Amino acid sequence: MSGLGAFLRGLRVTGKVMVNTVFGDGLVTTKYPQEFRQKPQRFHGRHVLNRYPDGMEKCIGCELCAGACPARCIYVRGRDNPSDEPVSPGERYGYVYEINMLRCIFCGLCVEACPTEAITMTHLFEISTANRRDAIYTRQELLMRPDGSVPHMFPDDPLAQLAELDTADGWLRATAPSGVAAYEGVQAWQGTPGPASWAPEPTQDERDA
Amino acid sequence: MSVRRTAPTNLLTTTIDKAARWAQSRSMFPATFGLACCAIEMMATGAAHYDLARFGMEVFRASPRQADLMIVAGRVSQKMAPVLRQVYDQMPDPKWVISMGACASTGGMFNNYALVQGVDQVVPVDIYVPGCPPGPQSLMHGILTLHDNIMAGKA
Repeated sequence: MSGLGAFLRGLRVTGKVMVNTVFGDGLVTTKYPQEFRQKPQRFHGRHVLNRYPDGMEKCIGCELCAGACPARCIYVRGRDNPSDEPVSPGERYGYVYEINMLRCIFCGLCVEACPTEAITMTHLFEISTANRRDAIYTRQELLMRPDGSVPHMFPDDPLAQLAELDTADGWLRATAPSGVAAYEGVQAWQGTPGPASWAPEPTQDERDA
Repeated sequence: MSVRRTAPTNLLTTTIDKAARWAQSRSMFPATFGLACCAIEMMATGAAHYDLARFGMEVFRASPRQADLMIVAGRVSQKMAPVLRQVYDQMPDPKWVISMGACASTGGMFNNYALVQGVDQVVPVDIYVPGCPPGPQSLMHGILTLHDNIMAGKA
């Protein structure tokens, strides 16, 4: 009889949880394809190659990202800018830029290494593929368009979330030189998706308030 | 694998084929094949917050004979490769493989003698899920892509 009592005591907990899930507020499930869980601000997703507000590419082909990559998944080749039609403001530009997303570990060391903030990360994480070739992202997929929008590998995919490409990984902002008087009201860092999408540095008064 | 390969194409067999694909994609039992940190995310995918049971996949089968899907979650060492192949061979047809994470797909940052550089050297892979590790939503995206491919007859 004591065995049956223990059995019922255990079932009572099960029943309580079940009733709370069905009728109360105990349901914790996020129904993924329909609804999303908010990713943290500094979530590391797919990369993007940025442009300056005037449309020039930020990448100068220095290959520091490739050197910093612990997985060796980045391949960059630099080339001298054509003098009549320069691609980047520097002397050189990256004319080959490839990232093997299947080897990438999304650590963000390339973002840290980049001297011009050319490569940053977005919040896009839905990049599963059925073949390996689609996982190698070239300049064509990584580089943002002159209007600031970011190309998606499969825009027709019903599961494609284009808004995630407009969400910047917050790492750069966390290291922005906030507190220096000269930076007040200045757009210290350009956001990933197009020019001037992040708020400027706060003024001293705003910080003190 | 499909009815269409053994029977002439007509209304009945194509309908049965479609129904079979629907049934296969709506109730896949994954084999338990967690090898490293990706397995933690795979378990999180099966737990309440993401709930793979919504796709009829909540039972991670300990026996490969009861599983249709192998989620290779984690780095595959050279010594694990024959075991992996044996588990795959024991699974009944039709069967699918998801290579989850950087290590399983390409070896990731561990480009050394100990690890298989890509599990597709051992078993045929249907879906590659990038990430290190891929979060539950990334894995679910891979699973849903696999479902779509099965429904479309591509996998």
